[in-house]
Amino acid sequence: MKSALNGKTIAGLSIMGFFVLVALVGSWIAPYDPSAMSSDIMTEPSSTHWFGTTQTGQDIFSQVLVGARGVLVVGLVAGAIATALSVLIGVTAGFLGGVADEILSALSNIFLVVPALPLIIIVTSFLPDAGDFLIAFVISATGWAWGARILRAQTLSLRQRDYVEAARATGERTWRLIVFEVMPNLTAIIASSFVGTVIFAVLSVITLSFIGVASVSNWNWGTILFWAQNAQALAQGAWWWFIPAGLCIALLGTALSLINFGIDEYVNPRLRTTAGGSKVKMRVGFTPVLRQEGGRS
Amino acid sequence: MRFLLRRALFYLVTAWAAITINFMLPRFLPGDPVQAMIARFQGRLSTDAIASLYVLFGLDTKTSMFDQYITYWGNLFKGDLGLSFTYFPTPVSEVIAQSIPWTLALMGVTTIISFVLGTMIGVYAGWKRGSWIDALLPITTFFSAIPYFWLGLIAISVFAVGWGAFPAAGGYEPGLVPSFDWEFISSALYYSVLPALTVLISSIAGWILGMRNMMVTVSSEDYVTVAHAKGLPERRVMLGYAARNAVLPSISGFALSLGFIVGGTLLVEMVFSYPGIGYVLFTGVNAKDYPLMQGIFLIITMAVLVANLLADVVYLMLDPRTRKAA
Repeated sequence: MKSALNGKTIAGLSIMGFFVLVALVGSWIAPYDPSAMSSDIMTEPSSTHWFGTTQTGQDIFSQVLVGARGVLVVGLVAGAIATALSVLIGVTAGFLGGVADEILSALSNIFLVVPALPLIIIVTSFLPDAGDFLIAFVISATGWAWGARILRAQTLSLRQRDYVEAARATGERTWRLIVFEVMPNLTAIIASSFVGTVIFAVLSVITLSFIGVASVSNWNWGTILFWAQNAQALAQGAWWWFIPAGLCIALLGTALSLINFGIDEYVNPRLRTTAGGSKVKMRVGFTPVLRQEGGRS
Repeated sequence: MRFLLRRALFYLVTAWAAITINFMLPRFLPGDPVQAMIARFQGRLSTDAIASLYVLFGLDTKTSMFDQYITYWGNLFKGDLGLSFTYFPTPVSEVIAQSIPWTLALMGVTTIISFVLGTMIGVYAGWKRGSWIDALLPITTFFSAIPYFWLGLIAISVFAVGWGAFPAAGGYEPGLVPSFDWEFISSALYYSVLPALTVLISSIAGWILGMRNMMVTVSSEDYVTVAHAKGLPERRVMLGYAARNAVLPSISGFALSLGFIVGGTLLVEMVFSYPGIGYVLFTGVNAKDYPLMQGIFLIITMAVLVANLLADVVYLMLDPRTRKAA
């Protein structure tokens, strides 16, 4: 069996590890207090201010460093809660079948169809004081449905397998069947739905901060963009104000997607673009021909 | 037909759920938006407006929750979504009616173009797996990881502020009166280029990737091998056999991911101050205009449900198995 750690996964995990590190130590290594104003107003990146300064002289590099924590905390917490919900609902629905399945599937389909972002925006703006954990909770309440749907489908195909039937015949209880027979075979799918939800949560929290629904005194990358937009950084040509935060978001998102591709290719080997030295080409001939790849790269 | 009926029933249930969520939000969440709003608009609120607030937010403790629910539905059927406070005293339904054509025209068209184009590129990329096209995949991944609104910001700074080729904000030349003449339409088209491109670039990657992966899976199916064996032209096998089957999950995926796409496009409108429903939502959020926000949520949800139903019809036409199942 090929290891799950291919190039994509390693690249994704390294970028992700870097951001986790920044989130952990960011507020200690930040050269300035992110909210402290100074007399260096709207300066371009320089050796004293690596990413330049804002209209009120705040150091953007420090803001990016400190802001990583908020983004990752919301992303990971929301991802964990939503994944727990989707396992609970999806696996239960798939395993039990019948009326319970009908009701739970209908529930997850409803949450899947209702546009999540507007709902999150409205719920958060109703809440008087939206902190990081509250936002994570709102996001996970709307973001579990996709995972539940995929897990249900996979559980449906697993529950009739022989080994599950055998365990059932020996008198195992339903919860033991689910936890010890079915769940281990869902690990890859659960992992991939966790990563997918983290991407969704990160984008959501940044969006909420950017439009000013979340508390704008908590630094995260969306807050930086919120202030940049408010100060019309674009019209003033202050590119350094919004480029770093945006690039960090894109990098984090790419890292998470790469991890997910790695998991996908692990689950479905046909997706691998470079599967070892040989590959099956379906273009010519009566049957699939296994050809050694020669000089072509 | 039974398939469609089932789906329609599901959408009805979903619509009911969305409306009920909307009803419950202000009543069960902590915080008191109504008091805050009345305090902020002191003196500017007519008794009519306050009365409609009472109904909308259930401040009226004299009536039971059930009676409030009935009144709420009654108002909905009359098209009464309350009064907007940002655009006081215009009714919410009127504000939405003015902005929704912009959103439908810009985002509807862009989303469809993105889906069709992305699917076609995906077909080709999946068929020619292992060729140079695979090098495009990491790039598209990167673009799909960028939030729509940030790409919009970059587009503004490069093409509007830096180069000056396109306008940075708005939906048409200021000073023009919206009408169906060439001058207005051409101006509207010109103003929509940047937001449309932004949505296109950030949303297309998902379709390419999904379609490519489905093509890779389908092209090793037996019927594709048989089609090759019969000596059919490659193009025919690719489009008529492999793509024809690979596109089905893409279409059901289109319906399901519509909710996400709508969220992204709303933000693009906010960034470009485009006079559509996303921008109105943005102003509503900033002014804590709850009736407007709730009205917009309802309208967006209904629009997504209708689009889903349409996607189901397309699916039904493409996949004979769903027709036989009845």
